[in-house]
Formats: sequence, C-alpha cells, structure tokens
Amino acid sequence: MQYDHILIRYGEMALKGKNRKMFILKLQENIQHKLNDFPNVKVKRTQGRMFILLNGHQPEPIIERCKHIFGIQSMSLAIKVENEESVIKEAALFALKKNPTIETFKITVKRINKDFPIRSQEMNQLLGRYLLTNTDNYTVDVHQPDMEIRVEIRLEATYITSSVIKGPGGLPVGTSGKSLLLLSGGIDSPVAGYLAMKRGVQIEAIHFHSPPFTSERAKQKVLDLTKQLTKFGKSIQVHIVPFTKLQQEIFRTMPDGYAMTIMRRMMMRISEQVCDQQSILSLTTGENLGQVASQTMESMNAINEVTTYPIIRPLITMDKSDIISISQEIGTYETSILPYEDCCTIFVPKSPKTKPKREKASHFEQKNDFSELLKEAVEGIETIKVTAKDNKKDKFDDLL
Amino acid sequence: MIYLDNSATTIPDPSVMKSFEQASTQYFANPSSIHQLGGHSEHLLTKAKNQVASILDVTPSEVIFTSGGTEGNNTAIKGIALEHRKRGKHIITTEIEHPSVYDACKSLEDLGFEVTYLPVNKNGVISIEDLKAAIRKDTILISIMHVNNEIGTIQPIEKIGEICKQFPKLFLHVDHVQGFGKVPLELRNSGIDLCTLSGHKIHGLKGTGILYMRQGVNLFPLFHGGNQEQSFRSGTENLAGAVSLGKALRLIKEMEQTQGTELKSLQAILREKLTEIDEVQINTPPEAAPHIMNFSVPGTKPEVIIHMLGEQEVYISTKSACSSKQKEESRILLACGYSKERASSAYRVSMSYSTTEEDILQFADYLQQAINQFRKVME
Repeated sequence: MQYDHILIRYGEMALKGKNRKMFILKLQENIQHKLNDFPNVKVKRTQGRMFILLNGHQPEPIIERCKHIFGIQSMSLAIKVENEESVIKEAALFALKKNPTIETFKITVKRINKDFPIRSQEMNQLLGRYLLTNTDNYTVDVHQPDMEIRVEIRLEATYITSSVIKGPGGLPVGTSGKSLLLLSGGIDSPVAGYLAMKRGVQIEAIHFHSPPFTSERAKQKVLDLTKQLTKFGKSIQVHIVPFTKLQQEIFRTMPDGYAMTIMRRMMMRISEQVCDQQSILSLTTGENLGQVASQTMESMNAINEVTTYPIIRPLITMDKSDIISISQEIGTYETSILPYEDCCTIFVPKSPKTKPKREKASHFEQKNDFSELLKEAVEGIETIKVTAKDNKKDKFDDLL
Repeated sequence: MIYLDNSATTIPDPSVMKSFEQASTQYFANPSSIHQLGGHSEHLLTKAKNQVASILDVTPSEVIFTSGGTEGNNTAIKGIALEHRKRGKHIITTEIEHPSVYDACKSLEDLGFEVTYLPVNKNGVISIEDLKAAIRKDTILISIMHVNNEIGTIQPIEKIGEICKQFPKLFLHVDHVQGFGKVPLELRNSGIDLCTLSGHKIHGLKGTGILYMRQGVNLFPLFHGGNQEQSFRSGTENLAGAVSLGKALRLIKEMEQTQGTELKSLQAILREKLTEIDEVQINTPPEAAPHIMNFSVPGTKPEVIIHMLGEQEVYISTKSACSSKQKEESRILLACGYSKERASSAYRVSMSYSTTEEDILQFADYLQQAINQFRKVME
C-alpha cells in the first residue's frame, strides 16, 4: 500500500464569490506547471476538492515543491481505496504506521455515500478497534490526538488522509494582475517581490545598471535574486536599464542635496514607461519607512509626484529584522549581502536631503532637459527572461 | 592491469581530468579578484557549488570545498571540539574509524577532551544501545563513519541520526568518504550535521573534497585568512579542483544509478571464488558495501603476496593504504574480535564501476597461484 494522492486545501480563496472559479483554475494551472517535470503527476478537481494524483511518484519531493505554491493553505497525503470495509481498514492501518513518532490518534469517518452499509459512528469504532488490535504503542485520544485519521466515504471511492502539512497560504500567483518590481540587489526589494507574489501578483523586475560604476557581478546578482523568486511563480522578465549617462548627468547638473531625489524620480519615470509597454498597472518597491534618506515621508512624497501609478510597498511599516528573517527564509539573504556596488551606493551625495520638497525637486529638474537621456535609457533596455530551471546552455556546462 | 585498490584511490576519469585542465588554464583568475576575469572565475565556482549542492540535495551554502577526506574529517572534529569546548568536552567515535578521524580524536585527548571509542561486533557494526549509553550531558560530538574503508561494513547512520535529533546540542559527523557513490546516504533531515567526502575516491583528483555543514552549524576553522568558503576554510579556492569534483560527483551518481546492482553481483562472484580457495577466511560480512572485500590468508605474509600479484599487474592492498606501512595487525579487524594472526594476514580488494567479471576471475586465479608459490617457498 502507498500514498497515491495529495489533497490540496485552499483556505481564503474559498470565500471569493464569483472570482472563485478563476482562482481555483489558476491554482490548478500553477501546481501543474510547478510539477511538470514529474511526468505522471496529474492535478484534478472534484466537488470543491483538489487532488494531486501521484501515479507512482514519491510524495516527498512533490510536497516540498508545493510548499512554495501560493494559494495552498494545507496539504494531506491521501490513499484512495474502494468502498469496502476490509481495504479501508488496511489503508487506515497503513496511515497510522507511517507515523511511528506519534502516540495517540483519533479516527473521523464521514459517510457521504449513504449506500455504504456501515454508518459513520459504527465505522469509527470498527476502525479504532482494528488499529488498536493490530499495533502496539498507540492509544486513542479523541480530544487532543497527535494525529487524526480522516476517512471520507464518497460516491466514487474512499479517501483516507492523515497528518496535515502547512502550505504557504496567500493567493495563486497571477490572480492579482502584474506589477513592476524595482529590484536593486539589496535585502529589501526581493522580499517586497516575494510578498507581492504571495498576494497573487505576477511580477516583472526592473534594474538600473550603471557600468562601469556597477559591475557585471552586480547585474548577475540581480538575475540570481530573480531566479530565487521564480521558485514562487513562473519565469520572470527582468528589464535592465542602462542608467550611466542619465545618472552622471543628474549628479553633474543637479544640486548635491537633491540629486538622489531626482535620480529616484527619473527611475519612476522610466519604470512607468516600461509598465506602459508591458501593460503593467502598478509598481512594487522595497521601500521601508525611515530606513534611508530616500525613504522618509518627505522623500516619498517628493518622489511619488512623478507617477500616478499605484505603488505597492509591502515592507513599508515592517521592522528591518523581520525583513531580514523573511529574506533568510526565502533564500535571498545570502545573495543580497554580496558586497557589490549598485546604482544607489555608487553616487552617494555628501549630504542628501532627508526632507526634500516636491516643488524644489521639480524646479531643479526644469533647469536641465533630461528628455533625450530618458528616451535613450528606455530604448536601451535589455530584457532577460529568468526561468526556474537552467535550460540555457552556458560556456561552463561542458566543464561540469 | 587489474586494478583492485579503488578504496585507496581510483583512476581519475579522463573527462574529469579534461575539465580540470581546461578550468586551470582558462579560469586561472582568483575568484576574489574584482575584475572581470575574477568575476568569471567566481561565477564558475558558484556553478560548481550549485551542482554539488543539487547532487547532494543540500543548499550551496552548506558545501565547503576542501582538499580531501583528511582535511574534512579534521576540520569537522577539531573545529566542532574547539568551537563548542565550553559546552562540553566529550566526544564519541568508534574503534574502526579511519586514522584521520581516530587520530584527530586522539589528538584532542591531549587538549583535555575525553573520547569514548565505541566497540563493534564481529561484523564491524556498533550497537545502538552502546551509543545511547555513551551519550552524556557534556557530549558535543559524535563522529561515525558510514562505510568502513578496510572491511566495507555499513554503520546504521539513519538510526544514529534519529537518536542525535533528540539531542539538539550534539553534533553528528559522518565520514562518508568510502560510501559515496556506492551506498546511498540522505543528508537532508537526517540528523547529520557534518559529512566528509573526497574526490579521489570517486575518480576525481587528489586534493579535492567536500565538507557538508548543515545550515546553522558553526565551527572553529583550521585555516584562517581570506574568509573563503563561508569563512570556514580560508585559502584561495582550488577552482579547477572544485569544477572537476562537481563533474566527478555527477558521473559517479550516474554510474550508481545504472551499475549499482552489477557491482553487487561482482562482489558475490568474488565471494564465491574466494570461498573456493581453502586458506581464505572472509572478513567482510554479506551485508556490506558492494565494492569492498576483505579476507585473511593466515600463515601468509601480505607484503609478499601483494608483490607477487603486482608482478602480474594485479593490484590489491593490505588493510587501508593510510595504515598499511605500519607492520602491525589491522586495528579494525582486531576491533571486530579477530585473532592477531587473522588480523595481520588480511587483504583488501576494492572494486570500481569499471571492474569486470573477467578481472575478478583472473584475480582469483592469480591469488591461488601466489598462495601456492608462497607455501612452496616457505616449506
């Protein structure tokens, strides 16, 4: 006997009225996509339930994978057997024995198929007795069992499930539209992207690259971070903006205190244009209130002036330590702390204004025509598609 | 040539050699250099580490490239002992460990550590009950090998891991140098905190190896310096070595998949052939690793027999290569309870995935001839 199904539960989604169907279909598609290298696996829906049919695959690696699929509230391994007393008994015994570490259990029988001759209550006792006589070391505890064995006798078959494995929660990626993530390479922006994805957002990323002030390694770092985010969704497009000329011009012509604010405003303008081209309706940033000069209330007010797009700021009120622990959890921390210069660290004004004013920023910008350089930056964008798997052959493959 | 000393070292795979050579010449730059060439080297190093991590089913930050088994074992044992000495000074190991574990533990005794050496039964396996009884409040490290290098015995690492999980403050180190590619061992969720691998035992190059360190484990490095390898092993990375090791690991895993059962049946043939020789007493138990066969021929002098076989281009060894120059009995066989005579007349045949049935049959013939010749001379 073997576990042959994984039962998928989707908590919050079940509440979503008319959109429900769309959410569920998306979740099914996302699961199917994530598991497409397990050739025999099928994802099926029946009567408000979603099942992964293992068809001979080992359940453990599939469960590991599912822990990264947003929208899954929890999972349980299940065995599907015929509606027959003897095989149900055997399956329940198998489920119990698979968990040698527990001491107490409880059986809950649900008889949906009223044609099944034994009633729920009676079946409960029958199974309990069978398990106790065929094992040592276990006792029944109906109030606080270590494990609940659920037996659902349905029309087509009986499903036996045991321990509940926690899923990541959230909404299926792709159900909340697309957003453009400003990805710098630091600790915060990948976490912001992750949290947006958790809320169902499909992301594309934009990165400002200023060679030779920032190196190929800094760019690779951003691609590596993006790759780590693909674990939670599908492939992600990264738009690399050649930012050197514009950045130099800003720092050459603008007053020192306002250069950083104006640089941020330029980034917003470029991002907005990328959104426009890619039919993206919002921006996502890793901004965190008070963390640095550009993230004070005044700065955000001054920077935000140039765009009417909604800006999603998942980290805005979080503590830095909480951001760090999420980044460690999702595996981006190690990459984020690699010490390469990025476009925000290289041109640091001696004394950036922590309280810049909209009017002043706007006033200074008027003095120089940046439109040509802006246009050049947008036209020079290199778009790279980052996928979860390395399909692309590179020069190192033969060596390894 | 019939090469049957693969537990001492293996013949390097030509494609692994090629990778080493190419990486050495093309990617000579120091991965820590910030120029573009350094960047390429660093990228290649990351790729090699990612590949190793994915083969071992661990995360890249848990992989430390080392110079081989001895370094891995020493780093794990001394590193854990020194780092956590304030918590306790008791270490548990076994009587049949490789010298790089056994003597590392012995050396710590001079620094005030106390070491329990667990005995083994006739089959060379420790008792779980003994292990449980040996664990004390001040035990900080348990170091137990997976597959023994002389007799091929497999220790119940899975069970040991389960026990260690109940003692979160205690570290479990496994010397997996002889087992890798031959006897599977799960690292993830196994209770194993550190695990040593070596390149040249799997058709890689000398001077390459890996120490797996579970996330969260901390140790006192043996080498301080430029903070390479997550600061646990300073020294300019042996990039070409790391690359060649990544390849060797991949190749041996493929062979394990496709040829694992063949090796097992070759061993059965060898066992049968050896039983047909009157004087031979087999020391390797039936449930051992598939590539090692240890036996004794009491009354013979192993060194002489080894040289006679060598003249026919047949290469096997006595005991392990690392202890074979000492002219005494095998510590391992004595620990298994064998007599001094049996322990001082032991031979080890160790196969690889390229060993053939023909090799085995010929070896058995030559061995019989050598024994006969030896007897004649001695009479």
